[in-house]
Amino acid sequence: MPIESDSLVKIRDLCFSRGERVIFDGVDIDIPRGKVTAIMGPSGTGKTTLLKLIGGQLAPDRGTIEVDGLNVHALNRRELYQLRMRMGMLFQSGALLTDLNVFENVAYPLREHTSLSESMLRKLVLLKLEAVGLRGARDLMPAELSGGMARRVALARAMALDPMMVMYDEPFTGQDPISMGVLVKLIRQLNDAARITSILVSHDVEETCAIADLVYVISGGRVIEFGPPRQLQQSGSEWTRQFMHGLPDGPVPFHYPAPALEQDLFGAAA
Amino acid sequence: MTGWLARLGAGWIRAVRHLGRALLLLLRILEGIDELIRRPRLLVEQLFSVGVLTVLIIAVSGLFVGMVLSLQGYHILSQFKADSALGVMVAASLLRELGPVVTALLFSGRAGSALTAEIGLMKATEQLSGLEMMAVDPVRRVLTPRFMAGFLAMPLLAALFSALGVIGGWFVGVGLLGVDDGTWWVQMQARIDWHQDLLNGIIKSLVFGWVCTWIAVFQGYNCLPTSAGVSGATTRTVVHSSLAVLGLDFVLTALMIK
Repeated sequence: MPIESDSLVKIRDLCFSRGERVIFDGVDIDIPRGKVTAIMGPSGTGKTTLLKLIGGQLAPDRGTIEVDGLNVHALNRRELYQLRMRMGMLFQSGALLTDLNVFENVAYPLREHTSLSESMLRKLVLLKLEAVGLRGARDLMPAELSGGMARRVALARAMALDPMMVMYDEPFTGQDPISMGVLVKLIRQLNDAARITSILVSHDVEETCAIADLVYVISGGRVIEFGPPRQLQQSGSEWTRQFMHGLPDGPVPFHYPAPALEQDLFGAAA
Repeated sequence: MTGWLARLGAGWIRAVRHLGRALLLLLRILEGIDELIRRPRLLVEQLFSVGVLTVLIIAVSGLFVGMVLSLQGYHILSQFKADSALGVMVAASLLRELGPVVTALLFSGRAGSALTAEIGLMKATEQLSGLEMMAVDPVRRVLTPRFMAGFLAMPLLAALFSALGVIGGWFVGVGLLGVDDGTWWVQMQARIDWHQDLLNGIIKSLVFGWVCTWIAVFQGYNCLPTSAGVSGATTRTVVHSSLAVLGLDFVLTALMIK
């Protein structure tokens, strides 16, 4: 059962389908405050969908998602947007606005939601960029940034309004070892320094386990197992062991469901 | 037989659902107009992008359409010794039909497709989702300024098209074919009616601006966030806008003619 005490996000009996395909089938998850919680699982298990459900961009078929005591899907648009001002999200692609430079991208949420003076806004943006090591890149356009730099700018933007929680969607995918190391360190540092709650969606086991306090492993629409990373790495579950250690053989089949090879090759004659 | 009927029914349901989504989006776009009052800069930027950047193709097309109209009209009218009516014919054709219709067709090809592609790519690169998660409504922030800019730019572009068409027609009719300059302008002033010609033309271009921009922003916002999805949506914008303009032109003309 999930941990109830002092959870920022409480997910209960979450069911969600896309057409005929069931993505979540009765999922319960608790995200504790002030911790880094990782949601892990193979590609296509709905990890990104889960973040969109928490952020209210998608609505569940059944079940509830509470963020800081508010039922996300019972809020009207104005209330939802007020809640989102306390959430940050780092998208897999960075999702930077391509017609604005780095400085303006980070300044964007501040310009939209605050009435800070230009000098105060400049100082805040430069501090946010300093925190991700990109103060010197403030005049670059998104097209001039590497993938790792774009994600760091997006991280600075996600932190601009000092949110209570930040959601990271596959932050390590496609990163070189240096960028990956920088991002791993930054996520942990920002979580601890700003005392925020982090939800990290990833299938990069090693990097995620290095910074996560709690890991949920999901597959087939259900939570397979959860606990501290060390506990999961020593799990007795064959499925968890195969995923955590990246083993080719195990309960997760190599082949996508298909008829027998002979039948496919030789048809009815086989 | 039943399969055919089922497919037909499914197609209708899809079309009605599509139209419903488009109408709901339009309502949300219109709800966001107060954003433009608070931040007129958003509208000005889009008026430049949607309107000013379309001026060149509209101006050149207007000029040449007027020239061709004058050339063709002269050869027909002169057979009946009615070449003095050439200016009226050119101006009436442009103001009533060609100005609004050709401008709308060119607008959907130049600005409508660009709007769809821009919004579609913003969706594909998660920029619209990013705005939502920054508590910024992408409909108010991205779609409303573009919709209003298209709606306001269309009559101005149609007026430019018609004005340059008259100048092109004058250049060929008076300058090259020898129609009397005074007759050209006097006949035009006497016979062009403010209500029947000018006002109806403006009404048409406002309707076309509304419909073309609505189709463009809806297709962009509703497209599949993939390269094929954006490409398909861009094509649909041009096709649907062109068909809508031609169909609506007939309906409006029928309603306007007494």
